[in-house]
Amino acid sequence: MTATTMPAAPAGHQSLNLRGQTLRTPVLGAIAVGAVALTALLYLVTSIHSRIQFVLIVLLLFSIGQTVASVLVEGARRARDRLVTTLVYGSFLLALIPLVAVLVAVIERGAKRLDMDFLTHSMRGIGARDAGGGIYHAIIGTLEQVGLASLMAVPFGLLVAVYLVEYGTGRISRVISFFVDVLTGLPSIIAGLFVLGFWILALGQPFTGFAGSLALTILMVPVVVRSAEEMLKLVPDELREASYALGVARWRTILKIVVPTALPGIVTGVMLAVARVAGETAPLLLTVFGDNSINMNPFDGEQSALPLYIYSQAGQPQQVAIDRAWAAALTLIIIIMLLNLIARFVASRAKVK
Amino acid sequence: MTTEPDSPADAGTRGTGSQTTPAATEPSVPAQPTAEKPDEVSTDVTPGEAVSEAVSESEAVSETAAASDSTASSDRTAASVSAAVRESVPVSETKGDLTPREISPEPGAKPKIGLADTLFKNLTRTAGIGLLVLIGLIALFLVLRAWDALSANEGNFFTTETWGANDTPPVFGVAALLFGTLLSAVIALAIAIPVAVGIALFITIYAPRRMASALGYVVDLLAAVPSVIYGLWGLLVLAPHFNGTQMWLNDYFGWIPLFDVGEGSVGRSVFLASVVLAIMVLPIIAALSREVFLQVPITHREAALALGATRWEMIRTAVIPYGKPGVISASMLGLGRAMGETIAVALVLPSTFNISWNILKPAGNTIAANVANGFGEANDIGRGALIASGLVLFVVTMVVNMIARAVIARRREFSGRAA
Amino acid sequence: MATRIEISGLTAYYGKFKAVADVNLTIEPKSVTAFIGPSGCGKSTVLRTLNRMHEVLPGARVEGKVLLDGEDLYGPGVDPVNVRRNVGMVFQRPNPFPTMSIYENVIAGLKLNGVRKKSLLDERVEESLKGANLWDEVKDRLNRPGAGLSGGQQQRLCIARAIAVEPQVLLMDEPCSALDPISTLAIEDLIQKLRSSYTIVIVTHNMQQASRVSETTAFFSLEKTGDPGRLVEYSTTSQIFSNPKEKRTEDYISGRFG
Repeated sequence: MTATTMPAAPAGHQSLNLRGQTLRTPVLGAIAVGAVALTALLYLVTSIHSRIQFVLIVLLLFSIGQTVASVLVEGARRARDRLVTTLVYGSFLLALIPLVAVLVAVIERGAKRLDMDFLTHSMRGIGARDAGGGIYHAIIGTLEQVGLASLMAVPFGLLVAVYLVEYGTGRISRVISFFVDVLTGLPSIIAGLFVLGFWILALGQPFTGFAGSLALTILMVPVVVRSAEEMLKLVPDELREASYALGVARWRTILKIVVPTALPGIVTGVMLAVARVAGETAPLLLTVFGDNSINMNPFDGEQSALPLYIYSQAGQPQQVAIDRAWAAALTLIIIIMLLNLIARFVASRAKVK
Repeated sequence: MTTEPDSPADAGTRGTGSQTTPAATEPSVPAQPTAEKPDEVSTDVTPGEAVSEAVSESEAVSETAAASDSTASSDRTAASVSAAVRESVPVSETKGDLTPREISPEPGAKPKIGLADTLFKNLTRTAGIGLLVLIGLIALFLVLRAWDALSANEGNFFTTETWGANDTPPVFGVAALLFGTLLSAVIALAIAIPVAVGIALFITIYAPRRMASALGYVVDLLAAVPSVIYGLWGLLVLAPHFNGTQMWLNDYFGWIPLFDVGEGSVGRSVFLASVVLAIMVLPIIAALSREVFLQVPITHREAALALGATRWEMIRTAVIPYGKPGVISASMLGLGRAMGETIAVALVLPSTFNISWNILKPAGNTIAANVANGFGEANDIGRGALIASGLVLFVVTMVVNMIARAVIARRREFSGRAA
Repeated sequence: MATRIEISGLTAYYGKFKAVADVNLTIEPKSVTAFIGPSGCGKSTVLRTLNRMHEVLPGARVEGKVLLDGEDLYGPGVDPVNVRRNVGMVFQRPNPFPTMSIYENVIAGLKLNGVRKKSLLDERVEESLKGANLWDEVKDRLNRPGAGLSGGQQQRLCIARAIAVEPQVLLMDEPCSALDPISTLAIEDLIQKLRSSYTIVIVTHNMQQASRVSETTAFFSLEKTGDPGRLVEYSTTSQIFSNPKEKRTEDYISGRFG
């Protein structure tokens, strides 16, 4: 390792200004304390008393204080940078508030009523003012409706995705792709209204769990198509071509090579789609209608479903009904989070390959 | 697999060669030692070889020689490879028994494979077209079902504020509902967009790498909570807490008409519903914005930093301009979502039917919430009227979504040109 | 204007991985210095430590000193933003801001520093583009997107953007590796022209290029994959290419290694 020194040339110019003034941590601490103190004072003299607002006002005052100090010490550019940093961190904390608040509320209030008795009983013969009752019938309904919807939506969505990725080059596929987007943005209540108008009013079918799964299918299909499409696109073309080069027919290539390669990703997408529709309320309201008794048959008669149950109980004025709503909400969240976790697990397992 | 006698080098000149002697190229295939099940297809065939084969097949059998020729001589990029394969294979299949497939190396090769392939393709195509039919049916039946109610309506559907669909004679209109839908959705977006962009920036730029993916998960978690639970929370937890904030807004900002409640009181207001909606669309906008911010090439960010930009200046010069169309379309998608949201709003808002800008008053309604609330006691005309209002929502959300997609598509074009 | 760079005891890490260890060298003002060596030897890493761009990557850190006219870049109170303002950089791939016009690209750095006066900006755009040998090609379409130029023109636009803020030092990280031979020639001509005003450090894979454009050359290498890269030899370019002291340098320049 040699460090040869070159003949030095005179460097005649003004010295570089690399240094910048920086706000020291104690100064920032002081500003933070000042912001809290000022907010506390505001709380004493004005009519605000929300805790969340307290945080917001502290954040606001801190930003202002820090910006002023920074402009004075570090200059406007650094001050702007600091302000944005504070706002970005603030916005993230702000978003955490509702998430934590919702989860805490659901767990805290739901745990009161959530027990085996609640899970294994229906609402048959239970009035709004009675304390008993459970969600057995609603769980049955949700599982059957979501299961039926998946049975219809997954094959259908997969076929559409295969068409779009493997065969779709022409105008039809562009049109289909566009309408998949339209379906993705379809409000869930519209899906319910359509099944109501078509299946129930026009074809004269009764309100059943199956009618609900038809509506859920409409909501699930675009999610399945989109996620399967993404996954199929990730399968390298070389794999397909290697198969064609062997003279393997196209459809066998797709079924035996392309789809299996993309399968973990597709499963993840399907699980997320299931989790998504399991919480849907609006379309079920118009198609399943809700019922207090256990009805195992989704093709005959009204059923209940967890989201419907929550909605109807939350609308009652009695505390016992509201307690039931929270407990059902906790159950629903647990189911959905489980589905999400499984989906993530499948996805992470697939990545290792 | 590399025993294939046709080297990729002569692929360009194969147009004539293989056309005259199709048999000369193909019989070599069964001679290969690896005539296995398709599951065991190995990947060591280079794209060049694969395309030369696919191209030669179509040339030998079909009349598309000229088209394929140009493909073979042009740059063999991945796109043109797959295009060539896609164009050539179905054509040769439909030619039936004359196809080289007949002597394919697959042991159990059946002569009817061509038929199976056509069937499979048609099956997937039918599914695709079925989806179009579904959309058509949705639109058709919304219109059909709405028609009776609309013709029985004694009022003007678009200007009437009241909803007397179950009365005789029925008088109803979407004016107030549409107003409430748009107002609550727009306020929700005004709250959600800055926060969502902040979150996206935090995850993509500010947070340490390892933390970032965990944070992305938290955002997804926020999106996974069902709307009925947000509604429950909004009604029973947020609403009581929120009155203080609303009073405070009225006290200090009442001079802005939006925040003025006059002699009335605050309560389950449009503003409350908007906050709940904002929480619900936040993860959607944040997740999509995060995607586009992640797509900003690292070299652009470094270019800005190397010019002596602070972190915010780097964001402003390199990240925001690049990601703006993505954020706009994400916001439009969020808008569509907010307008279509039903249960949370139905739980939070009292159903009133008047147009009012005072967003703190306990009043307001949206199209979707009105369907959920009014469906139980609706008669025939009432149901038709609800479907008619749903049709309006359908059209409005579709327009919003189309604009969002158009913005995304334009961005793709733009970045395509830039690349 | 132009600055002497003294690197002493420089070690750079990516997380736990030591990318380059114990580099000592002095780069004279208004000279062109080439960093050559096999892939992974840390030459680009050393370059990026000279304007504190190394630390932009997550987990990356630096030990040792880099003195710019005697002032340590890594000393306390030094603001990396000010450092980069004085040490410009040109990247491997041309990276003009895609949403900006040619004009906006050139003034991007000036705008950050608060220059708003239109006449001054116009003047500086012309100066910088002339300095980057690009003015004649683009003067009629300054408001067209910078991304619409050819690769070589884009790279010269990036050089114009870098020199518009009047830095002391210009770092070039394989500036021609993504360009065709004609564009490469244009960039090399440009480097010859810029050497009179800037201290230039260029990383290159191309030894002919190093011998064409530089006065001094630093050869970096590494024992084996996973080891940190080290500075093997630093001397005048003619010496390195005609009469290297180290065996490894000789092996590399004669094509026997790496």
